[in-house]
Amino acid sequence: MELTVIGQDAGPAAEGGCSSSGCGGTSDQLSHLPESIRQKVQDHPCYSEDAHHHFARMHVAVAPACNIQCHYCNRKYDCANESRPGVVSELLTPDQAVKKVMAVAANIPQMTVLGIAGPGDPLANPERTFETFRQLTEKAPDIKLCVSTNGLSLPQQVDELCKHNIDHVTITINCVDPEIGAKIYPWIFWNNRRIKGKKGAKILIDQQQKGLEMLTERGILVKVNSVMIPGVNDEHLEEVSRIVKQKGAFLHNVMPLIAEAEHGTFYGVMGQRGPTHDELQALQDKCAGDMNMMRHCRQCRADAVGMLGEDRGDEFTMDKVENMHIDYEAAMEERAEYQAAALATLEAQRQNSGESFVALSSIGKARRETRPVLMAVATTGGGVINQHFGHAKEFLVYEASATDVRFIGHRKVDLYCEGGDTCGDGESVLQKTIRTLDGCEAVLCSKIGYEPWEQLEQAGIAPNGEHAMEPIEEAVAAVYAEMVSSGLTDQAPHSATVQISA
Amino acid sequence: MAYAIVESCVNCWACEPVCPSNAIADARPHFVIDANKCTECDGDYADPQCASICPIEGAILDPFGVQANPPGSLTGIPPERMAEAMAEMQAR
Repeated sequence: MELTVIGQDAGPAAEGGCSSSGCGGTSDQLSHLPESIRQKVQDHPCYSEDAHHHFARMHVAVAPACNIQCHYCNRKYDCANESRPGVVSELLTPDQAVKKVMAVAANIPQMTVLGIAGPGDPLANPERTFETFRQLTEKAPDIKLCVSTNGLSLPQQVDELCKHNIDHVTITINCVDPEIGAKIYPWIFWNNRRIKGKKGAKILIDQQQKGLEMLTERGILVKVNSVMIPGVNDEHLEEVSRIVKQKGAFLHNVMPLIAEAEHGTFYGVMGQRGPTHDELQALQDKCAGDMNMMRHCRQCRADAVGMLGEDRGDEFTMDKVENMHIDYEAAMEERAEYQAAALATLEAQRQNSGESFVALSSIGKARRETRPVLMAVATTGGGVINQHFGHAKEFLVYEASATDVRFIGHRKVDLYCEGGDTCGDGESVLQKTIRTLDGCEAVLCSKIGYEPWEQLEQAGIAPNGEHAMEPIEEAVAAVYAEMVSSGLTDQAPHSATVQISA
Repeated sequence: MAYAIVESCVNCWACEPVCPSNAIADARPHFVIDANKCTECDGDYADPQCASICPIEGAILDPFGVQANPPGSLTGIPPERMAEAMAEMQAR
């Protein structure tokens, strides 16, 4: 990978070799892309890290049936606090879904994308899925449509997908080896039979790969999702990444396994652990040599609404939607205006970053090796630091090094513990939040209270409220520069490992 | 003789479109099989379709009242382990 260094004599670097978001890292995919693809992803929050600060998406739960079983999924549970794929609060008919989309798009001008992702498999419910798409193409032509599938019926449905003007398809591919597949998929329903074990896994894998090839041949952008399951497919996913790239997938999203006994999934009940933050990042970095990696996925519910990381589904339940009076024409105009402005902001951030990015030459005169540092950021969107520490439901994590600032991922603050001061094992919410920031050495937010300030410092995490409303990467780079000049980066970081939880 | 859906059904819709006899209806609290229409897929398929796609163990009974998919047969979770996990959760 070529590292871009700003402020050195090599002129071209300052001209735009460094995009605002994730300069030099894998998330600057946009700057390397042909214009035609850039157009397709620049306002899609799930396909572009930059876009996810500015644009919103929603899923409509019209597809209940599924044709396979995955060991990380259980269709029995539906808890409002549970945020994971496969979970929904209310199932919608296509007509209801269309109403809901129109209502959300009228109230959230950031909305650019409608996806169907379940709660089962969209392509195992072709009539409901395609009827929803058909109506939306007519009524909200500015909304991008996309679909997320396990791939089993994909080859049969590719032509139908093309008819509906769908630009983006996500396939969940956890393996290319049936031996491993048998440990992830206990059965599939295929040609009117339930097929178990390796035989079923092989059929599924073959269909996924065939579907991927058919889509890329037709010019549809394909993102591949993989669930990282330690001890099952973690070592195998590098190979998966290589193969799907070869076949034309555009982006690879390696997500951590969510497994809790209370979800009733095979992995949850059997005590299969999820990966730690470090393990996930290490695998993403390994795959990044071959592939564009997505690191901003929030593993949202099949009925999620809003910006990634937020869920405004409660504001748009069907009973509320039925009572909304909406001027659809005006809403579409407002959306267009908002979105044009957001794209302009993005473009400006991209252009400016070359100049305002902290110059390497300002980071210490002696060219000593400085170690990279992880920092957490509280933001509500817009690509700037604009959230109070205590209000953050999640933190974005960036890695700053002597050469660049790159986006690494996000850490959720435990939603189960919103109610009281203590929860479960007697750990306070604040302590829990601090624990989720494990490995980070600074946290950047717009404001922070006295108590968390003290506790963060005790935990070895420097609180910082000095960069409110500044663009994230620039602020992270500035804080890193201070750390370097104060000699902090000469010392080894404190470390511990925490498993990622749901 | 007919298959039957019982209360553990989660209304996931998987069975309804695969029934060759249109014997399955969306109902609450759970989907139902019309015993007069159900043919057990005889003459259409080797395996009963609803019982072959249903993801929930115990939700479908065969014509003899026996669970078509007994505990552990679909998820692979041994019933003893499931019982243990439930007990652990309740103790919390």
